[in-house]
Amino acid sequence: MINPDSRTLKVLKEKAHTLRVDCVRMIHQAESGHIGGSLGLADIFAALFFKILNHDPSNPDWEGRDRFILSNGHVAPILYASMAHAGYFPVEELMTLRKLNSRLQGHPSRTNLPGIEISTGSLGHGLGVAVGMALAARQKKASHRIYCSIGDGESQEGSIWEAALSAGHHKLDNLTVFMDRNFIQIDGNTEDILAMEPMADKWKAFRWNVIEANGNDFDDIFKAFDMAQNNKGKPSIILFRTKLGFPVSFMDGVSKWHGTPPKDEEAEKALQEIEAYYQGGDDS
Amino acid sequence: MTYFLDKDVFTQVQKKPTRDAFGLATSAMGETDDRIVVLTADVSGSVRANWFAEKFPERFYNMGISEQNMVAVAAGMAREGLLPYVSTFGVFITGRCYDQVRVLLAYSNTNVKLVATHTGITVGEDGVSHQMLEDVGLMQTLPRMRVIVPCDTREAVKALTAVKEMEGPFYIRLGRQSAPLVTSIEAPFELGKSLMLQDGEDVTVIANGVLVYEALMAAQILAEENISVRVLNMHTVKPLDHEALMAAALETGAFVTAEEHQCLGGLGSAVSVWSTQNKPVPIEMVGMKDQFGQSGKADELLDYYHLRAPDIAQAARKVLKRK
Repeated sequence: MINPDSRTLKVLKEKAHTLRVDCVRMIHQAESGHIGGSLGLADIFAALFFKILNHDPSNPDWEGRDRFILSNGHVAPILYASMAHAGYFPVEELMTLRKLNSRLQGHPSRTNLPGIEISTGSLGHGLGVAVGMALAARQKKASHRIYCSIGDGESQEGSIWEAALSAGHHKLDNLTVFMDRNFIQIDGNTEDILAMEPMADKWKAFRWNVIEANGNDFDDIFKAFDMAQNNKGKPSIILFRTKLGFPVSFMDGVSKWHGTPPKDEEAEKALQEIEAYYQGGDDS
Repeated sequence: MTYFLDKDVFTQVQKKPTRDAFGLATSAMGETDDRIVVLTADVSGSVRANWFAEKFPERFYNMGISEQNMVAVAAGMAREGLLPYVSTFGVFITGRCYDQVRVLLAYSNTNVKLVATHTGITVGEDGVSHQMLEDVGLMQTLPRMRVIVPCDTREAVKALTAVKEMEGPFYIRLGRQSAPLVTSIEAPFELGKSLMLQDGEDVTVIANGVLVYEALMAAQILAEENISVRVLNMHTVKPLDHEALMAAALETGAFVTAEEHQCLGGLGSAVSVWSTQNKPVPIEMVGMKDQFGQSGKADELLDYYHLRAPDIAQAARKVLKRK
């Protein structure tokens, strides 16, 4: 059971806070990038990169590492921030996001940045790659796990369901997928644009172990990953309920913040709210 | 040069489908290289993946009718050090999966070998939906992707075996139809190095796939008219054999390209782009002219769409007038 003690929890909350601050700064200075999902996922990424993943940032190709694939590649800022603070590359490099000759491409590029398992950004690709990695791990009798992040809007892609079918068919219990279920895609609410509910039933029907959790609550996050890891005979998906832009109030539920960078005063206000939330203590 | 040719090519040529090469090569390589995995999408018999599956069931993956996922899975497996040979029909493996091939294989530079078994007009009776005539164009315009169009089963086996030792993504274009055995068992296969099957002075016919045999036959027709033809088997479209093209341009001064593919985007385009920038010579193209095919027998379709030796000969006469 992954059950972080109170000291670890305090560290993770601080990490999540740092990741959020960096995401706002990176996207603000780049004047482009996807801020809503990046902020909403910060707690999950802090839990993953600083507690759950078995990895060695100084040796990104370590054979025994857990694999992590960001299928919803547009939230690259939260991945980059997590990787930098974990030690994959210098934190200062974060501010090169989306700039000419940067290793931090708008969407993750495997050939540019060590630690990126596969280039993503075109939606619906990463889950299939994760399935391939899980099949390969099984064939090689390796014990590492494969983690994959997907979006809820992304799951409108048919290729997600092809991959879902194959993972269910092959009973890939070394695979943990999590979805950022914030109900927001570029053009609006997922249920207005192309309804995804009942989401949990869909995955169950595809032979997955389905776990629902609050993606902005560390206790819930750890419980969910723990349930996924201990489940046998099926791949697991955690449907993380998150809020777009969390904890920034003016981004919550506003689809504009899926992919619009904050202007100066908006970035300032976002940083203030993020700081207030962090100082607010244990009510997360 | 006769050394490169099958001894019966001009007398009683034998025929074999180039798709057999997929089964032959993968099941042979599987013996010595346990990195090799074979993936297909519910067409194991058609692509001869069943030959591999019978020998190595634990390394065979039938991904069902979900080609996009198959390419993504192969990319994941390649990242884990396995060596996936992925096969289905040309329309699906390039057209349907283009985005996956672009991002997960070419951009990500993964070690995946894509092998299309049903390509071109010779797919025959199934008609347009299954006759892939644009695949070479789709694949050769992708950075990092290398493209091979073998002319017969022997060459195809050599190509499939050679790419095992070369990191990164490849597209190898095979065919469903029985194709004449043109090359000898001893003929070498080297990526990006064409085979001169016959030397000549007046014009060079640059062909690949099943059109290589037609090119040889065209050279016979033209020999009777005292036209001396060089025949290049340009099995690799990318990287293109610039050296052989330069020699042919300097020594013969005129090109005919011949392929079972759209001229636009195919071998004809590639040769033309090279020539325009390096050594302009008049070029005529034999291939599909911005048109779809239709149902019919493979041999009838080759006749109907003017992809035969007499058509290549005619193109050669035409290009000679432009010299």
